[in-house]
Amino acid sequence: MTCDRRRACVAAAVFVAAVAMTACQRETRYFEPPTKAVTPPPVRLSQVQPGAISTDTSIESKYEDTAYALSEGKRLFGWYNCNGCHANGGGDKGPALMDNVWIYGSKPAQIYSTIVEGRPNGMPSFGGHIPENEVWELVAYVRSLSGLASSGAAPNRADAMQVKKPENNAEEQKPVEAAPSGASEHP
Amino acid sequence: MIGGLHDVQAPAGAQAQAIVGLWHWLLPICTFVFVAVMIALGMALWRAPRAGTDTAPDVALLSKREPRVTRVVIAAVAVSTLLLLVLLAVSVMTDRALAQLPLENALHIELTGYQWWWEARYDDPDPSRMFTTANELHVPVGRPVIVTLVGADVIHSFWVPSLAGKKDLIPGRDTTVSFRADRAGVYRGQCAEFCGYQHAKMALYVIADPPDDYARWAERQRAPAAEPSTDEARRGRDLFLARSCAMCHAINGTTAQARHAPDLTHVASRMTIAAGALENTPSNRTAWILDPQQIKPGTKMPSENIAPQDLAALSAYLASLQ
Repeated sequence: MTCDRRRACVAAAVFVAAVAMTACQRETRYFEPPTKAVTPPPVRLSQVQPGAISTDTSIESKYEDTAYALSEGKRLFGWYNCNGCHANGGGDKGPALMDNVWIYGSKPAQIYSTIVEGRPNGMPSFGGHIPENEVWELVAYVRSLSGLASSGAAPNRADAMQVKKPENNAEEQKPVEAAPSGASEHP
Repeated sequence: MIGGLHDVQAPAGAQAQAIVGLWHWLLPICTFVFVAVMIALGMALWRAPRAGTDTAPDVALLSKREPRVTRVVIAAVAVSTLLLLVLLAVSVMTDRALAQLPLENALHIELTGYQWWWEARYDDPDPSRMFTTANELHVPVGRPVIVTLVGADVIHSFWVPSLAGKKDLIPGRDTTVSFRADRAGVYRGQCAEFCGYQHAKMALYVIADPPDDYARWAERQRAPAAEPSTDEARRGRDLFLARSCAMCHAINGTTAQARHAPDLTHVASRMTIAAGALENTPSNRTAWILDPQQIKPGTKMPSENIAPQDLAALSAYLASLQ
């Protein structure tokens, strides 16, 4: 074996080892409940506010990029009977979650409020019935349904038969805020 | 480990007896084969002809006949074939013995494996007499038990070494395993197929009781949860029903009827909680409610911020679920 070829072999081995080492990094799983500090500000539908108009929904869910949290969200979506009304995201008695229409906002904090507080015309209020970190997992999963969460982390399989494209393959739907029914009379 | 016999070598039933019989054939034969192969290997290495670096290769050796080596190889092949036939015969006999367990008047239990706990549903021709419990089977001594194995999420494996062999719980493909406990006692089982993060903390206890004790236990399990007697326990029940507990757990006799987590109707009567992870004591129960992720990271039971007085009330309620 010539010196050149040996050097090439060593370089290739080092490269393969380096690539393999990057695969050792395991994603962080958040097992502890999140601190109270992440509780989002209220989501306001009213533009009538004292002082400057606050539309602060900047709190981001730390679970959006975590495959474990997204798949837990998917499990809880079934456990807590979200699919009882929203089906697998396509909507039934409840609105579809895989399209681009968001009646009460598409931001993580807004979805969090929707789950915790409930919404008129049927969405139950789950606050106090679901631990906070699980709500955030659900939020991340609900966003993944319309391609708003990281496709690298979103689930690509289901325990039951797939009825739609897997979440990691969902086309990103640009959110459109739809006015809730009846809200137009009360700007 | 929290007690319980967990030993293939100490069979407590006909099935385990047959399996330990197989073991008594397998172990000496395999030991003999292993030692013989190692000795042959050692001799081959020791006696190998060694050529110096400047010895010319002798091609003539290749065509030399080696009658002694040929004889040894033929003998070894014959012995191997014989031993394999013996093992085949013994394992077929063992399988026959396992299949011949008399199943008249058997007790039927449906055992479902979840990540990471077991749900047991005791069948009965009268549906109102069926009941559900978790992580603990009580069986009557001397009566055969037919366990239907159901995998709920991933593949698990049923293994109670002192009573029966292993059998996998495969999602979508229900199977059965039957056994009989011939001696009263507590037998520990363990999920024997890697099923995720907390596979190691997925134990199953089988408690073989004399038939009368078993009948009393089953009658108690069929009853709905007793109405709590103290104010604190009543407040605990209200908390249980109003908070996240009732989203996954069921307690018969209350509105909590979710079926995602162990049935807690008679939780205080069990030996362990969290599938054998902790002894079932009041302090362990509160520790588990407060931070299950500390004890069994990844478990589906979430941690919750609970005020100390609420936790005390919940604990008092759970203690009343005898």
